[in-house]
Amino acid sequence: MKYQTIDEANRVVIDKIVGGAPFLVDVVPAHTVIPELEGKTLLHAGPPIAYKDMTGPMQGSCVGAALFEGWAKDEMEARSMLERGDIHFIPCHHVKAVGPMGGITSGNMPVFVVNNRSEGNEAYCIMNEGIGKVLRFGAYSEEVITRLTWMKDVLGPTLSRALKATKEGLNLNVMIAKAITMGDEFHQRNIAASLVFLKEISPYIVNLDMDKQEMQSVIKFLADTDQFFLNIMMAASKAVMDGARTVKAGTVVTAMCRNGQDFGIRISGMGDEWFTAPVNTPQGLFFTGFSQADANPDIGDSAITETFGVGGMAMIAAPGVTRFVGAGGFQDALATSNEMVEISIDQNPNFTVPTWNFRGICLGIDARKVVETGITPVINTGIAHKEPGVGQIGAGTVRPPVECFEKALEAYASKLGLL
Amino acid sequence: MLHTIIKKNSYQDSVNLMLLTNYISALEGVVQASIMMGTPANKDIMRNSGLYTDELEMAGANDMCIVIDTEAHTGLDDILVAVDSFLSDQSVSSSQSSTESVRSWERALKENPNANLAIISVPGQYAAAEADKALDYGLHAFIFSDNVPVAEELSLKQKAHDKGLLVMGPDCGTGIISGVPLAFANRVKAGNIGIVGASGTGIQEVTTLIDRMGGGISHAIGTGGRDLSETVGAITMLDGIRGLAHNDQTEVIVVVSKPPAKAVREKVVSQLQGLPKPVVTLFLGEKPSIHEGNVYEAYTLEEAAMIAIDLAKGAAVQPLYSLPIDVPKTALNPGQISIQGLYAGGTLAAEAAMLIADALQLKDGLIHEAGYVLRSNGHAIVDLGDDMYTQGKPHPMIDPATRIQHIEKAAQDPATAVILFDVVLGYGGHDDVAGVLAPAIEKAAAKAKTEGRNLYFVAALCGTHQDPQSYAEQMRKLEQAGVLVKESNNQAVRTVLAMMQLVLEDVPKAHRPATTFAPQAFSTSAAIEALLAGKPSVINVGLRKFTESITASGASAIQYDWRPVAGGSMKMQQILDQLKDYQFTS
Repeated sequence: MKYQTIDEANRVVIDKIVGGAPFLVDVVPAHTVIPELEGKTLLHAGPPIAYKDMTGPMQGSCVGAALFEGWAKDEMEARSMLERGDIHFIPCHHVKAVGPMGGITSGNMPVFVVNNRSEGNEAYCIMNEGIGKVLRFGAYSEEVITRLTWMKDVLGPTLSRALKATKEGLNLNVMIAKAITMGDEFHQRNIAASLVFLKEISPYIVNLDMDKQEMQSVIKFLADTDQFFLNIMMAASKAVMDGARTVKAGTVVTAMCRNGQDFGIRISGMGDEWFTAPVNTPQGLFFTGFSQADANPDIGDSAITETFGVGGMAMIAAPGVTRFVGAGGFQDALATSNEMVEISIDQNPNFTVPTWNFRGICLGIDARKVVETGITPVINTGIAHKEPGVGQIGAGTVRPPVECFEKALEAYASKLGLL
Repeated sequence: MLHTIIKKNSYQDSVNLMLLTNYISALEGVVQASIMMGTPANKDIMRNSGLYTDELEMAGANDMCIVIDTEAHTGLDDILVAVDSFLSDQSVSSSQSSTESVRSWERALKENPNANLAIISVPGQYAAAEADKALDYGLHAFIFSDNVPVAEELSLKQKAHDKGLLVMGPDCGTGIISGVPLAFANRVKAGNIGIVGASGTGIQEVTTLIDRMGGGISHAIGTGGRDLSETVGAITMLDGIRGLAHNDQTEVIVVVSKPPAKAVREKVVSQLQGLPKPVVTLFLGEKPSIHEGNVYEAYTLEEAAMIAIDLAKGAAVQPLYSLPIDVPKTALNPGQISIQGLYAGGTLAAEAAMLIADALQLKDGLIHEAGYVLRSNGHAIVDLGDDMYTQGKPHPMIDPATRIQHIEKAAQDPATAVILFDVVLGYGGHDDVAGVLAPAIEKAAAKAKTEGRNLYFVAALCGTHQDPQSYAEQMRKLEQAGVLVKESNNQAVRTVLAMMQLVLEDVPKAHRPATTFAPQAFSTSAAIEALLAGKPSVINVGLRKFTESITASGASAIQYDWRPVAGGSMKMQQILDQLKDYQFTS
């Protein structure tokens, strides 16, 4: 054994996080890398949940996915299929994947393939569709389906060919390190990383033998989609955290996700087991005409970014979004990141934050510290309308319920024979 | 009515615009507003919320689109001014608080490795454990918390003494170390008078009087009210006295306390007689008739301050310190016979009770029940800071509400002649006590007048001109409300006694050499010497405002936002302990 105490076990886990080497290597149809997506199967965000228990936006995403896959000709048919139980569900996290907001992923959607070279494992995530009426926020109009089809037919294959033209894929650590110094925290703000991605990939795209107009549409989409890197970051975080949790000991939080009903976490010592508690509703700022009363409870796998140490954990890195912490400004962002240090084991020297006097991002949320201090991680998140079909209505922050962490520790103590 | 304003080439971040939208939507006359950059996606959102106008067609992604739905008669001008001022002044809306805070001892010590003092204001049941940790980390402890069992106080103080550290408190309200105010304390001028006191407002009264009389304070060490009990045996007071005796800045030492247990008093006084520096003692409730050796005994807090000032200047101590009393003309009805004292400061209340009991030659008027410290012949002195008035409510030095109720009640009583009270300024206290009390006083006096009575108010104003509340301004507000304001509690009480035609005899004190004088060897610890050598470096465990007053005085402080471990859950605390100690075996 490489460790004698829980502190030492945690150190082995976080060393694997620091040592993680995620590379973006391909974009492929989900079913080609996730064999579980056979037949009428969908992936969803968060810990396991049945269709009937899903909140509006996730159900809306399911309808959209059924239309996209051609399983149903209209919304009514899609809904009755879903209600009858014709469609099988699996959490993204159970098949090496993560999905934003609703997290709904179907077999023909293109997914990023991120290879963690330090451990040899892979992780997947669908591509970002942009803002406004989009599937991940529960919208499923014709415009949404048309865009998804274009992403399947044009964007995905183009990026795949471009990535294959690179020698070894794109080294994501390098891109993350650059973008964090440019003011991204990789959950609410990805504009710098999205630009870095565009800068890296466009020379390969423009060299492809393809229809000029399609090429232009791809470049235009990448240029317009400020949050494009978020989904790459999610897959990268998932790849690194899955690599680290092979240790199967200690109390490092290895996943956080939400399905609109429950918040779920995993800790290194408890492997694949989920510890859940009722989810909170994000607080934030809303587009005109919408208010807190319209907000859907917290949803999506994107909190994998906080698990890795960015997003709300790295609030101070992104002065541009600090005011989502309420009415506060820079000092509140500083206080937030400083508070997150209290529940982290260390700080990651790979990703230093200029506005934090070049301190590294938070590394390794320790469930013990969360329970001891009562400080829960801060998660930066988009806010969906609770009714299906409306889409995004704002953005803000949310915290997990502390009960998840208490349950995880109790289970671990029990597993170690302490209770 | 929909208004559209397009600001060409005026880019703002979407967060700013959402904040601005919230702000504008709340203005009077605005039904709904939307302010966004004119991107296609944003125009869709405008359309969805019913705020789309044809003018938006022309707006581009770099144009700010303001669409406002107003009530029919509302003009746009004020709203547009509000938009402009918001956009030009965004930095101001950001929080200005720069107080760094931590949530664990571990981080507090990492952030402030030079810390030498912990201020502890956590709930009483947790205070001893936190103070114990502070001592383990080599820090002196100032325990503001009350409700710490006396056995725990004794064990903490013994441990501290053995390690050469000071434990101030529990239930310690006031301290000043090298000019830095701790908890409830005043900003005082630096000087050569050091104080050790087992009383919070007693220390405040003496330090502020010294300040306003032109003297200055080196340190004021609070010991907590039980330090001079038989159980605790004055551990902190003795260590504090020895610390001040070694401290170069301190040339005169003042000891303030309620009368201690006899054996403890002897222990303290014999220590004092052995010191190379002159000492003023005030054992509140004793009426001394003599000064002995280098120990000068005062009767009132004011006298203690005046003797200390003479000693500090190297002047001779006078046999009697009595300031002339300016007795106001009073017109009382025959039935108006009573003095009602409504105090926020416990020691000030006790001093008032002592003086009134002395004037009335009471043998048994002094009591300690139901918040009363005196109740006799219709006169009453109430300590509104007593536990029975503060349970579930803030202390009257923070919130004047309870006192206002008592003023109303006392004013209604036709027997009341004078209402006597204190106003204590300084850090930790209310921002404007006088401003809150004045209307209640004016109302009560006016009501009595309509009922055919003159009702008098006399206040003792305790504070300095450097305090965050302006001393002069507080005095002005009280005087404007018709209150006779006196600069010491002694003056206030004597004025009231004179108004009631009661006489207080003063006894001139002779000075004689010490009979028991025997120079003793005494020493202080390096840690106490270091604490008193400069400004303290503080870890403030609990109430945030204590950190603010320390940093405002130029000393360094780390705010530790304390919470009970695992939210107080015993089960989770046990699991955490077990996981901490767990050893993998294979």
